[in-house]
Amino acid sequence: MSQPENPHDRLKGVSDSADAPSPFRRRILQGLSAMPILAVPGISLAQKFPTAKVNTTKLAMTETEVTVGQLHSSTGTMAISETGSIQAEQLAIDQINAMGGILGRKIKVIKEDGASDWPTFAEKSKKLLINDRCATVFGCWTSASRKAVLPVFEKENGLLYYPTFYEGLEQSKNVFYTGQEATQQILYGLDWAKNEKKAKSFFLIGSDYIWPRTSMKIARKHIENFQKGKVVGEEYYPLGSTNFGSLMNKIKLQKPDCIFAAVVGGSNVAFYKALKAAGITGNKQLLLTLSVTEDEMTGVGGENFAGFYSSMKYFQSLDNDNNKKFVAAFKAKYGPKSVIGDVTQAAYLGPWLWKAAVERAGSFDVDKVVAASPGIELKQAPEGYVKLDANHHLWSKSRIAMGQPDATFKVVAESPQLIKPDPFPKGYQ
Amino acid sequence: MTALRDLIKRYQLASVLVLTLLLAVVLPLTLDIFRLNLVGKYLTYAFVAVGLVMVWGYGGVLSLGQGVFFGLGGYAMAMFLKLEASDPITTKIQSTPGIPDFMDWNQLTALPLFWEPFKSLPFTLIAVIAVPTLLAWIISYAMFKRRVGGVYFAIITQAVALILTVLIIGQQGYTGGVNGMTDLKTMLGWDTRTNGAKYILYYVCVALLIGSILLCRWIQTGKAGTLLLAMRDKEDRVRFSGYDVANFRVFTFCLTAALSGIGGALFSLQVGFMSPSFVGIVPSIEMVIFAAVGGRMSLVGAVYGTLLVNAGKTFFSESFPDLWLFLMAALFIGVTMAFPMGLAGLWQDHVVPWWAKRRSEMRKDKAAAARRAAEDDASGAAPEAAAKAPRAAGTPERLGDVAGQRA
Repeated sequence: MSQPENPHDRLKGVSDSADAPSPFRRRILQGLSAMPILAVPGISLAQKFPTAKVNTTKLAMTETEVTVGQLHSSTGTMAISETGSIQAEQLAIDQINAMGGILGRKIKVIKEDGASDWPTFAEKSKKLLINDRCATVFGCWTSASRKAVLPVFEKENGLLYYPTFYEGLEQSKNVFYTGQEATQQILYGLDWAKNEKKAKSFFLIGSDYIWPRTSMKIARKHIENFQKGKVVGEEYYPLGSTNFGSLMNKIKLQKPDCIFAAVVGGSNVAFYKALKAAGITGNKQLLLTLSVTEDEMTGVGGENFAGFYSSMKYFQSLDNDNNKKFVAAFKAKYGPKSVIGDVTQAAYLGPWLWKAAVERAGSFDVDKVVAASPGIELKQAPEGYVKLDANHHLWSKSRIAMGQPDATFKVVAESPQLIKPDPFPKGYQ
Repeated sequence: MTALRDLIKRYQLASVLVLTLLLAVVLPLTLDIFRLNLVGKYLTYAFVAVGLVMVWGYGGVLSLGQGVFFGLGGYAMAMFLKLEASDPITTKIQSTPGIPDFMDWNQLTALPLFWEPFKSLPFTLIAVIAVPTLLAWIISYAMFKRRVGGVYFAIITQAVALILTVLIIGQQGYTGGVNGMTDLKTMLGWDTRTNGAKYILYYVCVALLIGSILLCRWIQTGKAGTLLLAMRDKEDRVRFSGYDVANFRVFTFCLTAALSGIGGALFSLQVGFMSPSFVGIVPSIEMVIFAAVGGRMSLVGAVYGTLLVNAGKTFFSESFPDLWLFLMAALFIGVTMAFPMGLAGLWQDHVVPWWAKRRSEMRKDKAAAARRAAEDDASGAAPEAAAKAPRAAGTPERLGDVAGQRA
């Protein structure tokens, strides 16, 4: 999908099964086959989709351009995490534009800085929706920022593609969640620890805010009620905390089979250094985390994380053709040293999912795009095949990978099937 | 008519009138509702800045924890709105319907006791003012009675800001934690998110702000204002004259806390959102910057400063999302280097003298022309009279100024 393609060529395409590098071709053909006018080659797509028809809700677009918003933190504490998402979304948008855009319109991006400050996110989302009339917005990273903009998107009937793995318990008509919700990320990991590593006792550790709290709640229920295992400790530390000395003693005292961690941000560095200093290393202790991607690894340092496991849906080292192309394109654009974490890949899916939905709907109107979205499939996603559920979350595989001393990940396990997203899990509340 | 003029002159109301005109007429006519709502948001910070003029500019006590009071007022209002937004029908998806969503996420199954009174609007409105004032009283009474001041006071207010942030974030089941309280929709069934409501809230905000400025101006021009200035400059002399310095300071500090609380409540109403990021040290210092940019001796200047800094923030971050922080820094450094007394200082030290000079020059020209005419007309006593005129016109008219006071 990284190859620039002329949309006319694709529309003239004989059959969608001939060569299948792009499922979009089929999408377009399916969506548009009802329109006989398409048989006429050489007429620009925009003429077939006059703005009056594809935009009945006064979104910002012309016959050749459609405006979208991008709302992440380019400054402040979250900038280090969100930069990857900004880059991935831009890459996807560039690639879509090189293919001719969406319904004959190039994507124009209005970039706003949420500045790691939730009220600023709310202000900027209002600006993007009310003032700029963006057709969709790709953005947010933390749950707090999503919660801050959510009422705005619902009130103004905007559209948000949200990339981060998160706690679930949410399903908005106006949001598509391209990361994993909590059960997708947690249950497979815990089952893997039980079945493969024979773990029976777990020590739960998290940063003290909504995502780790909810994740650990789900983990505890799963361990106690379904696995019949034991939780020997549950500890939370303030965001940004770097003092894990007493925790090390507790771990040594309890000797859990598995440490299950959701420590975020800067705390990660201190946490893994403290583990190493306490002699709790990968070759002696099983540790499974929900919050270390390639991005965090660069900060933590491969030597501190080597031998520990991370549960994500995507790792940069995934061995498939889609991913190789994606990694190559990403590195070509942002430099060979850039790393791609789970969220970066999820952010990359946003523009593609939107494109597929718009083309299926034949319209940019939010209501129609939302209605067309369930069931959309992406076969060329770097993580592999994904599809969008009616609950606005993605069906995707879960994977376990082991940290390597050179700060990369080696995938050791993968769920055999796509896991159904379940943002309101029964029996886990 | 003269009585009115005297009143305007005595309380220096001309600048307040200009500000009122700008906020109540010019801005609503020129800005669309989205931008006006933003201005409304900035004006809620102006309550804090106006308070800082009183406590810092006049009282000489720098508080780096004003965000605490803004936040308390805002949280009090947000708690009321959140309870109204969490009726059992809209929250039926939760394990315990009828309590705010974040409580449900944190495994609370009943509304905590201290939330109960916030079901009542009158109680909430009282709490918006009373809670910040009470905390301010405790802090300031403990500090000022022990004659703690200056840098130590600033550090302690910072510590309070930090403590409160940690408390709010840590007790997420009761406060919403890092996320804050989001999705505030209605007040007694009145949808605060519609355009009509935004206009009304904006005007309420402007009216309260102008009211607060007038209140502060009234205090400034009275005996208390003079005493505050005297305490700032020579604390001991005031004390030896038999005044209780601490009480005056406690009063001023509580007043600013109350104003900040009102600002916070208006913020929650207009933005539909309250977050711990207003309580911490950084926003508290930011609010000091607003006052400093505006001029810490000028109530009206503080409002302009707040508007300028926030408009700059919005404009720069919209136009240069990657560079805007540097531009903001340039703005701060530029203002503090070039105009240590802020915008009001710029006005007072440059614009006003320039205007006076121009006026006197104009009169001089007129006088010279008259003289020439007189000379042409007849030679005699006329030049003598004309020569006196420019001198009289040249004296600056700054009689109304109390030392250090700025309009």
